[in-house]
Amino acid sequence: MSAAETLAERGRAAPILTVEGVSKKFGGVTAVHDVSLDVPAGAIVSVIGPNGAGKTSLLNMVSGFYRPDTGRIALEGHDITSLRPSQVAARGIARTFQNIALFSGLTVLDNLMLGRHVHMQTGVLASALYWGPALREEVAHRERCEEIIDFLKLQDLRKQQTGALSYGLRKRVELGRALALEPKVLLLDEPMGGMNQDEKEDMARYVLDANLERKITVVLIEHDMGVVMDISDHVVVLDRGRRIGAGTPEEVQRNPDVIQAYLGTSRGGAQA
Amino acid sequence: MEFALLLIGNGVLIGLMYSLIALGFVLVYKATDAINFAQGEFVMLAALISAAVIVMAELPFWVAVIVALAGMIAFSFGLERIVLRPLLGRPIVAVIMATIGLAAILRGAGPFIFGVETKSFSLPVGDEPIFLGPFILQPVQVTGAVVSILFLAAFSWFFLKSRMGIAMRAVADNQQVASAMGINVERYFALAWAMAGIVSALGGIVWGSMLGVDVHVSLVGLKVFPVVILGGLDSVIGAVVGGLIVGIVENLAAGYLDPLVGGGTKDFAPYVLMIIALMVRPYGIFGKRKIERV
Repeated sequence: MSAAETLAERGRAAPILTVEGVSKKFGGVTAVHDVSLDVPAGAIVSVIGPNGAGKTSLLNMVSGFYRPDTGRIALEGHDITSLRPSQVAARGIARTFQNIALFSGLTVLDNLMLGRHVHMQTGVLASALYWGPALREEVAHRERCEEIIDFLKLQDLRKQQTGALSYGLRKRVELGRALALEPKVLLLDEPMGGMNQDEKEDMARYVLDANLERKITVVLIEHDMGVVMDISDHVVVLDRGRRIGAGTPEEVQRNPDVIQAYLGTSRGGAQA
Repeated sequence: MEFALLLIGNGVLIGLMYSLIALGFVLVYKATDAINFAQGEFVMLAALISAAVIVMAELPFWVAVIVALAGMIAFSFGLERIVLRPLLGRPIVAVIMATIGLAAILRGAGPFIFGVETKSFSLPVGDEPIFLGPFILQPVQVTGAVVSILFLAAFSWFFLKSRMGIAMRAVADNQQVASAMGINVERYFALAWAMAGIVSALGGIVWGSMLGVDVHVSLVGLKVFPVVILGGLDSVIGAVVGGLIVGIVENLAAGYLDPLVGGGTKDFAPYVLMIIALMVRPYGIFGKRKIERV
């Protein structure tokens, strides 16, 4: 199978997430300038670019942490540009963070259960008063979390506090927590950052499986070009806040603007 | 020895009251990172409301409990919404100053609205002391201790087991990430303040009935700081242990040191402990040790 075939197939899918001409300035600094991006349903789309290219800022706008100065973001055709992060999450967009952001005093299971928060129906008082429905609901949520625990091979760690886990495991639990949300779109901010080769391969496998088996659309920020080119259907390249290229991994690798952004003009030299 | 036990028994009962009042402080700090310097004034306000219902309006005790609870919930809810929410994201000093200002306003406005004279009311529990082995226990103190234990247990359960309590811990741990999980952070802030209101209402009723109600009730707020520094600012169990330590130390100082020096050690002994604790274990006995990455 080639990535190009998958894309041809997936390119026909309607975009589930659309970003139209968004810009964001912080003081005098333009973090993102007029970036557009269509994410086809079911695809893995990677956003790459040198440090400071505006990748995380873009993700922060999609997930509601920043409000774009201009432009529009839509999920399944519905405008989500000005929603707050908790509302964006409730619409079905989950994310992980560049620096691990688990709740360190809580167990692995509690972290996953918090991922279920948006699906919890019984309200503030009801969860304390109506034991029957609340309890049944609790059991149902617990079952979904157990599926994720199996999926990510976290069986032995359920009751462990996340603060005590290794770096790679914490990244995996963070992925699990985002999956527990059962998102339509999963935003991953450097899920393999700081990992060794084995851990990277495991993580890439989990992301692919989540995409294929759980039909979750993935937007990935990642610096490891090997991983990006392997698993992405579509790659978008940012440099200094602007979109300088997009296409299949093969197209992007041949794009002269991209090569220039990554390698520099005068110095040349080999870089991943 | 019997004298010591008597002092300790008394210290435990009073200490549990301190724990309950300190819990109001801990709840707010834990969930919102805000330091509430007006906790003592919250208790005073609740005591004033109860006294107004019982002494001035001459209504039954249970009405006072309901009015104090409802009033304090409404007050702390409103406070969060009107004063503290706009300060979100500002330096922590802004919130501290706001609560110090609030404390001064409450100390002034309380007597202004409710009158300066000391109003007394008593809990409907009688006043015959209970003799239990070496201990001589006042019913009002026992009631206070029982109420404290019940609510401390309820709040422990809430944070450890309930879905909302766990979500509140998530909010306390990292507001941004909690909101990315779909948690409405502001709603949990409001809830934390409302719970502080509940605790203050209970504290105000019991403490007010022990001391008589006037502006001096707010001085109990001064006990909160040694309690939470000893126990840990963000720990429910820490509030319990800290409260017990302060209650016991205070009583022992009053029993053994005060006769030697003519009095006064009761009030500063807990602070001596607090300063020692700050030097050797600044995050408290049960507090979360914050590791800053450099």
